[in-house]
Formats: sequence, structure tokens, C-alpha cells
Amino acid sequence: MISYLEFEKPVAELEQRIAELRSAAEGDDVDISNELQRLELKSANLLASTYQSLTPWQKTQVARHPSRPHFRDYVEQIFEEFVPLGGDRTYGDDEAILGGFAKLDGRKVVLIGHEKGNDTASRIRHNFGMGKPEGYRKAIRLMELAGRFGLPVVTLVDTSGAFPGVEAEERGQAEAIARSTEACLALPVPMVAAIVGEGGSGGAVALASAERVLMMEHAVYSVISPEGCASILWRTAEKAPDAAEAMKVTAQDLAELGVIDRIVPEPVGGAHRDPRAASASLGNAIGEELDQLAGYAPHELKRLREERFLALAG
Amino acid sequence: MNWFTRVRNSITSLSKRSTEKDLWVKCPSCQQMVFAQEYEDNSYVCPRCGHHGRIGADERLRQLLDEGFDVLPIPDVKEDPLKFRDTSKYTDRLKKARAKSPHKDAFLVGSGAIEGKPAVVGVQDFGFMGGSMGMAVGTAFCQGAERALTRHCPYIVVTAAGGARMQEGILSLMQMPKATVMTRRLKEAKLPYIVVLTDPTTGGVTASYAMLGDVHIAEPGALIGFAGQRVIQDTIREQLPDGFQRAEYLHKHGMVDMVVHRHDLKDTLATLLDYLAPAKAA
Ligand SMILES: [Zn+2]
Repeated sequence: MISYLEFEKPVAELEQRIAELRSAAEGDDVDISNELQRLELKSANLLASTYQSLTPWQKTQVARHPSRPHFRDYVEQIFEEFVPLGGDRTYGDDEAILGGFAKLDGRKVVLIGHEKGNDTASRIRHNFGMGKPEGYRKAIRLMELAGRFGLPVVTLVDTSGAFPGVEAEERGQAEAIARSTEACLALPVPMVAAIVGEGGSGGAVALASAERVLMMEHAVYSVISPEGCASILWRTAEKAPDAAEAMKVTAQDLAELGVIDRIVPEPVGGAHRDPRAASASLGNAIGEELDQLAGYAPHELKRLREERFLALAG
Repeated sequence: MNWFTRVRNSITSLSKRSTEKDLWVKCPSCQQMVFAQEYEDNSYVCPRCGHHGRIGADERLRQLLDEGFDVLPIPDVKEDPLKFRDTSKYTDRLKKARAKSPHKDAFLVGSGAIEGKPAVVGVQDFGFMGGSMGMAVGTAFCQGAERALTRHCPYIVVTAAGGARMQEGILSLMQMPKATVMTRRLKEAKLPYIVVLTDPTTGGVTASYAMLGDVHIAEPGALIGFAGQRVIQDTIREQLPDGFQRAEYLHKHGMVDMVVHRHDLKDTLATLLDYLAPAKAA
């Protein structure tokens, strides 16, 4: 059962009519195949045209869609092996940020990413993908491990932002994020980051300071949530659609600004309509990027990464 | 300072301060009226309660660097790259901020010496659009680091910011890794990078160059944190602890090395440089 977004209503209505027609026709002699075919085509076209012209705010909703594939879905679909590693060796294990060894078509990597969860219990367990200091410190630990053992780093970024809480502040949320960004920049191995859903502020940058940054077609990446921006600058969160527009949060905008390097196509109707196809698309893109970076020496990789960020906005 | 010198000072400054109101300032902390001249002479620290007032970048450079330092020109960056507009245009907001400020953005770099020891000091000015970090701030930060690398001397950065310059969208966020490239280069060159956290330092600034220092100094009472207090309250729906996100609280939780009164700041920096500065500086 698909959960429809507000702007998908016309598609939902068509799909519902198709479903009704189907069940009504069951065991009936009336031939409705022509009518069904006509409606299905209409529905498919409508879905395609809707998704071709999504506004930044609509994309934000797609990026946050509850059935959108998350870290663990991608792990299952893309990587033939995943060996999870846990803990920051200081405080605890943060399940909002997962990581471990993984194999992508035989390529050995260290995989790190945010996991939002896909039902109430898992969302709570993963704290809705909002990392705490120990999560970022685990990421740092794994990146250092990757660097020492010559394993490329792949990150899947999907967070509304780092967790805003008293204990997170006390344990140094800001320091953990800063150090994680620093750890990305210090890597002597290739790093490919993919924004797969929401790239929310510093909590995203901490895992995305790579020499190659990919973004799923309907993902968003921004300095603050549209709601947060709107409530500060417009003094009402209701202006979030305007804020999303003004801030330029879409993959298409960010590619134009040179902030990301590659847009990963999603199936028609978004990744949640066909997680398997979305995963295949993402896996291919990451694999290609890793292969391209494989020939670089450690100092060249660092230079690539440094120049990428120094050139941004200078 | 005794009462007579205070009175005398006030007389000499009467010409600048034409109105009765300008003679006095109200301390935002203890709410007492303080003689403006006395406040100024006290480095903008309230003589009654010790509250550290916010100061501009020029004043800060004067307080920290020996006489005769150079001020680097604020770098030119692409203006309003997103053509951003909320209830008013970003370019109009910039114009307004510039009309009130001696500088065209919120980060100023001074190159000189601290008690005879070569140093580059970068200062973030909360008075300019809340000190917010955009391309100009990030680029000026990097130029300060560049100057320290060229002079082979320490880099000291005084932070103050409400967060990122939202009007520059993702490009403001990208200043976090960009500044971090430079803090890493200082590290590789074995040059000390010292952060002085002042009121307020929050958001993306805290989560990047403000927390990457070899030594962290905070001014008393300064608000320092990652997330805003209202955001935290909305998330956890609990009362925030006393003194939460204040300098003393961060010191207690191990995030800063020391909380230092503004009067002692220059001396403290000189002491640290004595241990950390490279033997040969240009
Ligand atoms: Zn006072």
C-alpha cells in the first residue's frame, strides 16, 4: 500500500479507479482490458509528468517519504556483504549512524550512513536518523580505520540534522561534527558520498565532505530545513515552500552550483515506488565513481578534496 | 580608576557625547546604568556585574594585537549567488548591514604581534548580520589562515555567530569543510590554531572551525552551542539546565580549556604562544 503525498492526489485517484475496476472485473465476463489499459497509461503519464516538474518543497516531501529506501534497504540491495561495526569506544553506540565493512560488486569498502528507520519501533531505535556525538565519533573511528587499511569510504547521507538535545550538547555535538568533517578531509583513500534522502546541515556535511558527492534525483541538501529557515526569515514555518525555493535545495540546483558532482536517477515516481530500481541506480553510480578514483595516490585524493571545497564559493 | 578621573574623562568626552542618554549605557545583564566612558575603559565589561558585552572586530583587534598591526582587506566574493529573497532582498539586507558597519562583512583579519610574538588574529563580528557565516566569512577565515602559513606564525580566531548565512543557502554550509581544509593545513605546518569563543557562538560555526582549535578559550558567560535553545526545548520538551550552553558549562563538560576574563585575554594568549609558537616566525 503506497502512502500518497498531497500533490500525488490526482495520481492516487486514478490508481484507485484502476484497482476498483480490476476487482469489479474479477469473475465478470465484461471485457474491460481496453479501459484498464487506457487508465493505466494515463496514470503512468501523469505520474511521470508530476515527477518531472516537482517543486523544491515537493522534492523535500519525497526525500522525507516514509517508504523511501534508507541505509539498511540500500545495504541489502546494493552490497553483497555487510559487516556492521559498532561503538565510539568512549560512550556508546549510536544507531542513528551505522557503519561497517561492505562489498560492492567485489569492491571492499567502509560504508557509513544515517538510518532513519521504517516503522515506529525502528524509527525510535535509530532516533529518526538524527546522529549524536557518539555516532559521529563512530564515523570518525571507522574513517580512520579505512584510511589505515586502504579501504575506500562510501557514505549514505540521510538526516534531517544532528540531534538537538541537552546530552548531545554536553557530549560535544559541535566538536564531534567538526572532527568528523575533518576526518573526511584527512582520508588517504577515495571517498564517495551520496545524499540519498535529506542532507540536513552540519549533521550531513560531517559525512559528506568527500571528493565525489552524489545526490539522488529527488534528494534535498540544505543549510537549514525549509521550515527552520522560514520561521527565522519569514517568521512563520508556513512559508517553508518559499524557503525551499529560495535556498536552492534540489539536486538539480546543487549540480548547477557545483556543490554536487552527479545526479543519480530515480525510478519514475521516486525511489519509494521501486526501491529495487533505485538501489540498482545508486549502486551503479557509486561503483563507477569508486573505479574512477581507484587510480589516485593518497596525496592526490586529499588535494582533489581540498581544492573542491576551497573552490566552492571563493 | 577613582571617581575624579572618571569625572574628568567624562568631561573630555562630552563633546562626542552630546546627549544625556549617550553618557550612560544600560548593562544587558544586571540592568544597571553604567557610565559609558567607564564601560569603554573597562573593555566593554560591565564594572558592576562583570558581564562581557559584545564588541566589534576593530575594537577586538585593538585589544589583542600590539600597536601597528595590519588589517587585511575583506575579500571580494560573489554577491548574492542565489538571488535570495525572503520578506526583503538579501542585497538590501547586506546594504543595511554595511551602512551600520565600518566593514563590508562579518570577518576581519589583523596581522601583527601579541606582546611581541608574531600572530594573525581573525575576528568574527556579531554586529554584522549576527556574524553569520557566508562566503565572505569563510573566505576571510581562509585568508587569515593563509597569512599565518605565509608568516609561519600562530592563527588566533575570535568566534561570534548566530550560525550560517541562510541567504547563501548551501554555499554557506560549504564554508564548514572549506574552513576545515585550512585548519588542517595549519596543523600539518605545526602552527598553533587557537580559538577564542565569544558570545554567542552557535550552529555551523561551532560545528566547524570553532571546535577545532589546539586550545579553546571562552569569554565568561558566552553562549556556545550547536543547536539553538528553542529547538532543543521543542525537541525534548523539558526545562533546560541552569547555565546551559554557557562558557562555564562548556568548561565543566570538557569542551573548552579555560574561561578567561577579557582583561586577561591578551596575556593568556601570549602565555600560550610562548609554548606553542614555532621557534622561527617570519
Ligand atoms: Zn552588569
